[in-house]
Amino acid sequence: MRGILSGAFLLQALRISVPYVLAALGGVASERSGVINIALEGMLLVGAFGAAVGALASGSALAGLGAGVLAGVALAALYGLAVIRWRADQIVCGVAATLLALGATRYFLKVFYNSTSNSPRIPSTDGLGWAILVGAALLAALAEAGLRRTAIGLRLRAVGEHPEAARSVGVRVAPLRWLGVLLSGALAGLGGVWLAFDQHGFVANMSAGRGFIALAAMILGGWRPLGALGACLLFGGAEALQLRLQSSGMGLGAGTVQALPYLITIVALAVRGRASVAPRALGT
Amino acid sequence: MSRTRIGRIGDGSRKLDSGSRFEISRSVPVLLPPALALLVALAAASLLVVAYGQSPLHVYRLFLDGTWGNAYGIGQVLFKATPLVFTGLSVALAFHAGLFNVGAEGQLTLGAFATGLVGAALPPATPAAIALPLAVGAGFCAGAAAGAVPGALKAWRGAHEVIVTIMLNFVILAELSDLGKRFYDRESVHTAHVVAGATLARAGAFFPSLRGSALSGAALLAAATAIAVWWLLQRTAAGFRLRAVGLGAEAAATAGISVARQTVIAMALAGGVAGLVGANAVLGYKGYYEEGFAGGVGFMGIAVALLGRNHPGGIVAAALLFGTLSQGGLAINAVVPKEIVEVLQAVIILAVAVSSATVRRQAAQLATGARA
Repeated sequence: MRGILSGAFLLQALRISVPYVLAALGGVASERSGVINIALEGMLLVGAFGAAVGALASGSALAGLGAGVLAGVALAALYGLAVIRWRADQIVCGVAATLLALGATRYFLKVFYNSTSNSPRIPSTDGLGWAILVGAALLAALAEAGLRRTAIGLRLRAVGEHPEAARSVGVRVAPLRWLGVLLSGALAGLGGVWLAFDQHGFVANMSAGRGFIALAAMILGGWRPLGALGACLLFGGAEALQLRLQSSGMGLGAGTVQALPYLITIVALAVRGRASVAPRALGT
Repeated sequence: MSRTRIGRIGDGSRKLDSGSRFEISRSVPVLLPPALALLVALAAASLLVVAYGQSPLHVYRLFLDGTWGNAYGIGQVLFKATPLVFTGLSVALAFHAGLFNVGAEGQLTLGAFATGLVGAALPPATPAAIALPLAVGAGFCAGAAAGAVPGALKAWRGAHEVIVTIMLNFVILAELSDLGKRFYDRESVHTAHVVAGATLARAGAFFPSLRGSALSGAALLAAATAIAVWWLLQRTAAGFRLRAVGLGAEAAATAGISVARQTVIAMALAGGVAGLVGANAVLGYKGYYEEGFAGGVGFMGIAVALLGRNHPGGIVAAALLFGTLSQGGLAINAVVPKEIVEVLQAVIILAVAVSSATVRRQAAQLATGARA
């Protein structure tokens, strides 16, 4: 058990948490504006792919970061087009966007790198990974303050709670929802950039359910940025602990620890019951 | 009150700002959105094929030859369509009660696991007449249990079934990869082989030209299930109660129907039908439950139900289309990446979702005069 609270352990917990935090913040941005986002998984994935392609094509990690964020925004734009502009079902389109991300990244992996499994290695990320780690924490604080204290945050929440009321006082609903959805793409895309940088390349399906863990964290955190941050750190910490216990040949089974975030979220939903704090106009 | 049709997944559970939006008169051409979606998909496919430097016509030719062009191809298409019929019906059953089942993936996995365990645990000499119902029934029950949990949480705690089913998928997959290990054959990720009586006959045993195809009696079970679901929904009082809740929970409650009870029943039925996938994958194909066999079939069920307009007949047709795509991907893989097919499936879902929303809105506008 020695070293559980060591620096290395904390660092590992943080590293695991980064993509959760960024994707969960993206979820908050989208859902507080009233748009359900189960496409976070797909946005993480295209973000990671964009980062690898950008970094490998240009040789610059910064270009990779830009490309990853752009890829996330592009998928978010497609999703927004379907659900905001054309008002299609958000759950169905969220599933489709994630399937699209899975298929498209694998298609282009073959087209660009002639591989079914992974991209070539990204040589150097110029310490940008660390900047993203610090950035994730700052973004969480910024998002909390932005949602609570700025006019645009207030309006975003208003269209997520009661779009008719917002409309009646002159707040335009669609632009704010676009803002929420595109922000979610940028944030989840950045989470994907971290994944690609952390693993020095793109691997097929490398998001591996992280977008759904982020979704769980967002719900557990009560759709609030700092709440989501806390839940992400809890999930990341549990995973790091499991890895550590496993390497010392003890502890819970890997599957049980993997299931933990989801189980906790189900229990929280059941306990909270109808007194849910979900944005009231979610899905409309 | 005019007779209405629900044109969109999830409407019943998420009451929005106006009732009229959900009402579509029967005159709306229900086939328009799928047809539009197929056109969009065809255009997208041609684009991806051309981008890869190949001729679309050549690729389509290969695609057709490898699917409906020979007996083996047809057998494989039917084999791949079979689980999609189950998961499509699963999503549709929940939908008719106003619920959205995103949990078919977990339900079918738990069901197939149970089917594999029961099929292997039976005495070796068990006759098929006993072994098959037991193994298939175990799959149904396990799937139903996995469906009943989110149903109960929705009914009595108000927990949203979409979130709970998504989360439960991961819980089931993760726990099975952990606890399931205890039941696996040594050095493998699969359970022991089921007894001879619990295996479903392959089509190749009756039709020599289908030899080598994995098509089995499970396809007949899928067809029978589709008919049973249609009969249940359209011809029985139980099905009427279920649909009544989906069409309007408050009205149903006023009429004395327990919404909570119907919610649990619908989700349990949905999970049970998804749990039948094990008949195809375990009893008809591999002979054992293998980790990771589902591969997204549960999620594709959402697409199948959407494309099939939640009607059992439409679901069978949509499952055949997606089965064709999946088999066709293998047929064209030598020329263009088979991942094109995955992109296509996603494009079809998006296009159907968008075009049905548009058709529904326009129908609502026609029905109520020009609404903003």
